[in-house]
Amino acid sequence: MKWVLLVLRIKRRKGCEMMQVLCPWCGVRDEDEFTYGGPAHITRPTSGGDAPQQDVSDEKWASYLYEKDNVKGIARERWVHVHGCGQWFNLARDTVSHKIHCVYKMGEPCPVLTPEGDPKNRND
Amino acid sequence: MQHYSVTSLVKNAIHHHEKWQKTWRSPELKSSYDVVVVGGGGHGLATAYYLAKEHGITNVAVIEAGWLGGGNTGRNTSVVRSNYLFPESAKLYDFSLKLFEDLGQELNFNVMLRQAGMLILMHGRHDLEIMRRNLNAMHMNGIEAEWIDTNEVAKLARGINLSDEARYPIHGGILQKRGGIARHDGVAWGYARAADRFGVDIIQQCAVTGFDISNGAVRGVQTTRGLVKTNKVAVAVSGHSSVLADMAGFRLPVTSQTLQACVTEPLKPVFDVAVMSPMLGVYISQSDKGEVVIGGGLDNYPSYGQRGNVATLEHTISGVVELFPQLSRVKLMRQWGGVVDIVHDSSPIIGHTPIGGMYINCGFGTGGFKATPVGGWTLAHTIANDTPHELIAAFTLDRFKTGAFIDEMGASGIAH
Ligand SMILES: Cc1cc2nc3c(=O)[nH]c(=O)nc-3n(C[C@H](O)[C@H](O)[C@H](O)COP(=O)(O)OP(=O)(O)OC[C@H]3O[C@@H](n4cnc5c(N)ncnc54)[C@H](O)[C@@H]3O)c2cc1C
Ligand SMILES: [Zn+2]
Repeated sequence: MKWVLLVLRIKRRKGCEMMQVLCPWCGVRDEDEFTYGGPAHITRPTSGGDAPQQDVSDEKWASYLYEKDNVKGIARERWVHVHGCGQWFNLARDTVSHKIHCVYKMGEPCPVLTPEGDPKNRND
Repeated sequence: MQHYSVTSLVKNAIHHHEKWQKTWRSPELKSSYDVVVVGGGGHGLATAYYLAKEHGITNVAVIEAGWLGGGNTGRNTSVVRSNYLFPESAKLYDFSLKLFEDLGQELNFNVMLRQAGMLILMHGRHDLEIMRRNLNAMHMNGIEAEWIDTNEVAKLARGINLSDEARYPIHGGILQKRGGIARHDGVAWGYARAADRFGVDIIQQCAVTGFDISNGAVRGVQTTRGLVKTNKVAVAVSGHSSVLADMAGFRLPVTSQTLQACVTEPLKPVFDVAVMSPMLGVYISQSDKGEVVIGGGLDNYPSYGQRGNVATLEHTISGVVELFPQLSRVKLMRQWGGVVDIVHDSSPIIGHTPIGGMYINCGFGTGGFKATPVGGWTLAHTIANDTPHELIAAFTLDRFKTGAFIDEMGASGIAH
């Protein structure tokens, strides 16, 4: 395990720190316990009413499956605590600073955020 | 513009090297151009160069938010190769490698190409099966590459751990002899200088902030130095492609993520070849200065932060020390990250966009340095003729609707 030493040396360097993620069930943990699971609040397309899904256009499928907002700034994301409790949850995270502004449960709407990214009124 | 040669070196030596011309001009931004290229990385600069050289379109500006090559062009680990899986990719990347082979002459600028070979290591039965298949595909595509055994691995990658006791013992590998490394900023500077020579305006420290679009076609580019009129825009901003697409009102199948790399302190020359281990998720080469250049996989979440995380670095370093245990005591000098444009099928997107007159080059993700010449070549052709160059006909945005993917993930399975 020689490389542990090398890695420890790297960890002590400034500006090269682990992102901390707040799991709603387990509390704050290092980022390597988690896996990013894609953008949040993406809805599967329908062709409206009871029309069969195969009627959804190729454009709509392409947009649903592959196109991304990929925002520079605060993004809504799904994460899973894969090396922990195994639960999924959502968070609003700044893709430049990596600051996590709020964590909320799957299925809940994203709390309204101020332009600085802080939650205005928690949606409990 | 001064030609670089032995004579110019001697002449300038007489003047104590005080009379060298600037490598390129720093002109004022004009109010209109025939073509505006957004992004002064290798791909943007190469596009401008080939527009001027191959198509006679010289009223061109390259607009760069920061400095030339300050994006991924100056941050990559500079591996060049063409050992891809699918015929479309093999053609594209091999054309690029061929342009690379003459690039120093073409640009009158030393891009320090070193074709000492690209070696992909085989660690076990599963590697063996997939790599034999890949090698067959390369041969079918006319890409020369060969199967080598551990004796040859030992000769090429001196110091590599060939012990049976290794966690993932090495049994051989695939060697592409024409693969190797080149000087990344040399490529950017070379294209910049050569494009400037044709009259292309290179504008640094100027960011594009929006587009003037009417009736679905581009009419101008808004910048931090005012509006520029143009009917043709080439967007070559790699990790920032979604941001630019958003300005123009469309979305791309791109996720921006960090790819990081690091270098050790300089050592005496140990090996020439670039070595990649898909199993360990690392690749390594030694620069002309002697630094060991190390790269690995992506940081696995979206980021525009231009810096890497420790978890990925730890994984990468552990792989390197597994391959070269004697490097465990060597100090790392620098570590950095670049914002790369990741696409579902690990293949680039080059060509038309939903906006008339707007063309894009993106999606090269972790492996577009090697494609710098061909990216510029094909995009310039596409802009000049308003039809996709044959080499990129399969690499359009449309493939996400038709499902005609060129899935190179399996072939590389790792950043490179
Ligand atoms: C760590 C790392 C290692 C890599 N290793 C390899 C390798 O070994 N081999 C390989 O082939 N590839 C490698 N790559 C990938 C390769 O670096 C890229 O695919 C390639 O350099 C992309 O070039 P580009 O010119 O398209 O983009 P860039 O060089 O990123 O240039 C884009 C430019 O656009 C500018 N820009 C952005 N927004 C704006 C705006 N609004 N207005 C004006 N300008 C703007 C940026 O400042 C930037 O300079 C690696 C990448 C990284 C990060
Ligand atoms: Zn948890």
